[in-house]
Amino acid sequence: MSVAVRLPAILRPATGGEATVHADGATVGEVFDDLIGRHPGLKDQLLTSDGGLHRHLNVFLNDDDIRYMGKLEAKVGETDTITLMPAVAGG
Amino acid sequence: MTRAVHAEMVAACLAGYPLEACGLLGGVDDGAVSRATACYQAANAAASSRVYTVEPRDMLRADRAAEDSGLSLIGVWHSHTHTDAYPSPTDVGQAPDPEWWYVLVSLRDVEPVVRAYRIRDGAVEERPIAVQ
Repeated sequence: MSVAVRLPAILRPATGGEATVHADGATVGEVFDDLIGRHPGLKDQLLTSDGGLHRHLNVFLNDDDIRYMGKLEAKVGETDTITLMPAVAGG
Repeated sequence: MTRAVHAEMVAACLAGYPLEACGLLGGVDDGAVSRATACYQAANAAASSRVYTVEPRDMLRADRAAEDSGLSLIGVWHSHTHTDAYPSPTDVGQAPDPEWWYVLVSLRDVEPVVRAYRIRDGAVEERPIAVQ
């Protein structure tokens, strides 16, 4: 199934400037895999070298942070929107 | 930066003291000049006087509010409660976007001091703020 993925400006160079793209998958992890297949430049921005969620990235499935709903295993539906946001912190 | 944004940002920093306060800036950026016309307050998820983490849900709300207003998120602001309005090594190391503005509000002195920076590849460059 295809879901919409919204990207912050910092990631848009990897999608040719597109702010919203679509990718297929039944979980966030599968959507990410498909997304990376379509836009390889996103790989190091989304996932760590061992396939985990990048710690400088916040991922929302609709209004919910996927860290509290199974992370990459979170199930997605056709009408869902995944929003990627940079983690913003400092001192 | 509009006067309203400046005032809301400084007020939020004072209200958050002694913890660091933080939030996002919404506006437009034409490449030469950026204009911040919206201030989105965020909780400091770190709840600290030394570091800040923009609460992710607040950032999501800010992003949606900016989009609904035809704006973009163009930067982040936070307070330094005991030090200068200059990016700390942590600020520089964790700056997420080279096209963003990084606005610091120092509460060290009696009058808050507000300064803006670009942070690109670890280099910090101060840029003037016009409050209009």
